[in-house]
Amino acid sequence: MTLAEIVKRLNLKVYAGEGGLARPVSGGYAGDLLSDVIAHSRKDQLWITLQIHPNVIAVAALKDLAAIVFVNGREPAPETAAQAEKERIPLCGTTLSAYELAGRAYALGLLEK
Amino acid sequence: MGEESAFRQEFPVTGGDFARAGKVSCEIKNLAKELGLSDRVVRRVAIASYEAEMNIIMYAREGRLNLSITPDRVRIIVEDSGPGIEDIELAMTEGYSTATPEMRELGFGAGMGLSNMKKNADIFEISTEVGRGTRLEITFLTNGQRA
Ligand SMILES: Nc1ncnc2c1ncn2[C@@H]1O[C@H](COP(=O)(O)OP(=O)(O)OP(=O)(O)O)[C@@H](O)[C@H]1O
Ligand SMILES: [Mg+2]
Repeated sequence: MTLAEIVKRLNLKVYAGEGGLARPVSGGYAGDLLSDVIAHSRKDQLWITLQIHPNVIAVAALKDLAAIVFVNGREPAPETAAQAEKERIPLCGTTLSAYELAGRAYALGLLEK
Repeated sequence: MGEESAFRQEFPVTGGDFARAGKVSCEIKNLAKELGLSDRVVRRVAIASYEAEMNIIMYAREGRLNLSITPDRVRIIVEDSGPGIEDIELAMTEGYSTATPEMRELGFGAGMGLSNMKKNADIFEISTEVGRGTRLEITFLTNGQRA
């Protein structure tokens, strides 16, 4: 499934990194502790989090994550969006909670390949 | 090729510089990729560099990552001037953290950094002197494999 498809079907807002929307996504990981995400997320996953500060971009870039989705209506700090453009990491958002978004993504069939 | 002909580069890191957090490890990751290391090695080197960089930013005054690459291994020597670690065994325990509330709000302080480094390395050595600083030697064996 591509990120563009997920954005459309889950009605996500796109804040930055539109260039990466064609990217295929394989599963996801939800977490707000950076070292935990470093340890347990995998390449090409969707990262669901409420952390919006610029440090999330380094984590996503290091782990080759497909995109970051901010939950609970949180919007990325301007510096975060700027960094995301530079590293070409798509940033999305939803008003849903992490629990609800993960559930809906799972129901779409967004599972690990 | 011996030690003397290794590829070497030093990356300084400043304590408290959260604005540049992750910059050095992203540079190291890109460099490792360009040098043709396998995806698996690049990933492990990137994770360990990130955790080492963050610990200097979070706990030390200043420090540096010294990267050296030979055909059969990648080594990162991390040295900082800072408080050092009183109880290494405790610090290595997953979940133990002295991160401040401000750091935790940013998502740091899971207490997993040192164990992430150790898990991703083939050889992990840590030494420290309280009141002076900490030194890590992190080695990844590549057996001459290239992507
Ligand atoms: N370079 C260092 N200088 C002084 N103390 C350190 C250093 N590195 C680690 N420590 C101590 O060891 C503890 C555990 O470090 P570790 O990297 O495993 O977790 P953390 O930094 O607290 O959280 P996380 O890395 O998950 O964000 C730290 O909270 C700190 O007390
Ligand atoms: Mg740490």
